[in-house]
Amino acid sequence: MKNYFRYITLMFAVLFTVAMSSCNTGPKNDKGALGGNIAERSFVAPGELDEFYAFVSGGFSGQLAIHGLPSGRLFKVIPVFSVDAEKAYGFNEETKPMLNTSYGPVPWDDAHHPDLSQTNGEVDGRWCFINANNTPRIARISLSTFETEEIIEIPNSAGNHSSSFVTENTEYIVAGTRFSVPVPQRDMSIDEYKGNFKGAVSFIKVDSETGHMNINFQIMLPGFNYDLAHPGRGASHGWMFFSTYNTEEANTLLEVNASQNDKDYIAAINWKKAEEYIAAGKFTEMPANYAHNVYDESTQMATTTMMKTVKVLNPADLPGLVYFLPTPKSPHGCDVDPTGEYIIGSGKLSASITAHSFTKMLAAIEGQKFDGDAYGIPILSYEDVVAGIVEQAGLGPLHTEFDGKGNAYTTFFISSEVVKWKVGTWEVLDRAPTYYSVGHLMIPGGNSRKPFGKYLLAMNKITKDRYIPTGPELAQSAQLYDISGDKMELLLDFPTVGEPHYAAGAPASLIIPNHKKFYKLEENNHPFAVKSEKDARVERDGKNVHIYMTTIRSHFAPDNIEGVKVGDRVYFHVTNLEQDFDVPHGIAMIGANTSELLIMPGQTETFVWEPKMPGVWPFYCTDFCSALHQEMQGYVRVSAADSDIQMKWTLDGE
Amino acid sequence: MIRQTTMIFLLYLMASCSGGGEKTEATGGIPGARTDLPKTLAEVEKDFASFKGIGPVTSVTLEEAISEEMAAAGKVIFDAKCSACHKTDKRFIGPEPKNVLSRRTPEWVMNMILNPEEMVSKDPIGKLLLVEYNGSPMANQNLTQDEARSVLEYFRTL
Repeated sequence: MKNYFRYITLMFAVLFTVAMSSCNTGPKNDKGALGGNIAERSFVAPGELDEFYAFVSGGFSGQLAIHGLPSGRLFKVIPVFSVDAEKAYGFNEETKPMLNTSYGPVPWDDAHHPDLSQTNGEVDGRWCFINANNTPRIARISLSTFETEEIIEIPNSAGNHSSSFVTENTEYIVAGTRFSVPVPQRDMSIDEYKGNFKGAVSFIKVDSETGHMNINFQIMLPGFNYDLAHPGRGASHGWMFFSTYNTEEANTLLEVNASQNDKDYIAAINWKKAEEYIAAGKFTEMPANYAHNVYDESTQMATTTMMKTVKVLNPADLPGLVYFLPTPKSPHGCDVDPTGEYIIGSGKLSASITAHSFTKMLAAIEGQKFDGDAYGIPILSYEDVVAGIVEQAGLGPLHTEFDGKGNAYTTFFISSEVVKWKVGTWEVLDRAPTYYSVGHLMIPGGNSRKPFGKYLLAMNKITKDRYIPTGPELAQSAQLYDISGDKMELLLDFPTVGEPHYAAGAPASLIIPNHKKFYKLEENNHPFAVKSEKDARVERDGKNVHIYMTTIRSHFAPDNIEGVKVGDRVYFHVTNLEQDFDVPHGIAMIGANTSELLIMPGQTETFVWEPKMPGVWPFYCTDFCSALHQEMQGYVRVSAADSDIQMKWTLDGE
Repeated sequence: MIRQTTMIFLLYLMASCSGGGEKTEATGGIPGARTDLPKTLAEVEKDFASFKGIGPVTSVTLEEAISEEMAAAGKVIFDAKCSACHKTDKRFIGPEPKNVLSRRTPEWVMNMILNPEEMVSKDPIGKLLLVEYNGSPMANQNLTQDEARSVLEYFRTL
């Protein structure tokens, strides 16, 4: 019955569309996604390019997906916190260290909030950062190579959720604790949570040349749940704002016990003040143990360094460092408008949205108008800081982004909609339904002074009945809205990878000029690289056999190898000699207990094979490389452990 | 990748139907293009002087004396970026560069190094070579014009 109704509606809609399109002078219609030229507006014709990149968090896949906007097409999934057999990430010898932590190698995580590097408050297209929520880490991804280049673990933290937000000159990435824990970790009764557990927020310094990350300091806050964050900008540059919930400090049945207080806080942190305290030596150097993994583009290898201390600031002893802004009903989203004046707190159990004023906050601090303190941190009075309230806008407000034209857009999880409202007058201007249960939203350039207010991407938690079913679980659904006019218009649904929590977007014209087409062989300093086919060889070092192999369309050198024995550990160091865009080669060995390699032009990668039986075992190229790709194969002869077959390697008998 | 492969198959098709016509489609749009195109490599090699190829190089002056310095630099580049497919003195994945200047003009050689995609799809000799070498594409190794010139000088020493 329901389907019938839908078909009839669809038929009418099609007739209507036909009628409309046959009438060139017809008025612009606003009848929703089936009317008018809606399809055209997200259609990117074959051979044409999207206008924006969208870097969409892969959620529980641990990865970062790249979609184009407005088409929604998926271009690449960049492995970040989870192994990826397709790209050998976490499988080849070069990238295994990327997943090291103080707990040992961790092959998975839950990736949450991507954010882009900025210069002067505008996205600059250099790097994308993203946080691992489960085993706290922050990753940096190059927007030249589109590879994960660095991962730093965050000590004293758990549930790394109010992360990884970027200040307006990429001075810092912040990482805040959602699940407060004993600091340092120790064996204690969970019942003694209150007053004893801590919530660390970390300020990670970013080197402006290399992008390398280093935890400059941590601020040890009370044991609340630090949920989300955004940086100040313009006049409020130098401040960072974190939403909190569970100021009740409950340690069980939080869905009830952490929802008791009428208001929780937004923590306003003056990080320039923190830098002064660090410079003045007002910190404690605390023993710690956390991994810092860096991939070096020159040697094409990742290395892990275990860091042993972290500088800690105690806000109770350091006036002017942290203030609490009371904010109703367990605020989730904590967003700052492009001017830097308004800090938007979305009480997720509320129907209204609270906007605090940075100017009023400074005045209240100046006037010492405090309404008590929490563990020595001054609490400002709600009435003194609030600038306005968007009243009864919907149910369950979560996140807000801005269009750069004075409008804000807030997602409402419970009522499944995006609500457009005016910054300053707090009036609701428009609302658009989402299908269904929208979480984050993204406008390209959203966390910056200069948003590109053309498209809005809503990331929904529930998909059912929007896509043909694929078993009990469906891909999460993203929805694209055109926000260039007064009314939001739904253009497109498209599926995403994992469960996206937030995304970041930038104009394609900003990213394309810097993208790397291939790695220059001259700059390949991999210790096992072979830069000319005549240097391809095999070397035995005890039980270790090193094959220095090259690839070019369409052969391996060498491709016949003899003298390998059962019990050997065979390293395939494979250099792709191609020097052209989009010509990777793959290699896979029968029975190898690892993934393939997928080697970009000019790169060297390594996998290890431990042959278990005598025989002649083939390997082949896995990435279709030319008309002669099927011919790109080779053999390794494996002899018994006590065999006296000599090591020999050839290509075409030479 | 797939695009490239598709292109190669298209080239096969184009190459296989260009035999009977006087003027192939691929050269039709090039001003001054010859219409009396050779049909075999042997025909080309009898009269190669007018084939300069398609690409950035329109004129090369070869000094009588070979520049040893340039040739040495060219050998380094050739060993690193070309030798995987070209042996100096015998056919391998692609043809041998020895005596190449008795078969091709210096301009053609440099254009083939610098602009192989267009050369194997539009140049009459390049198209014949692609077929002759089993559709194995000449890889673009992204040499600079100076580097290609050095490689050419090295070829003169072979």
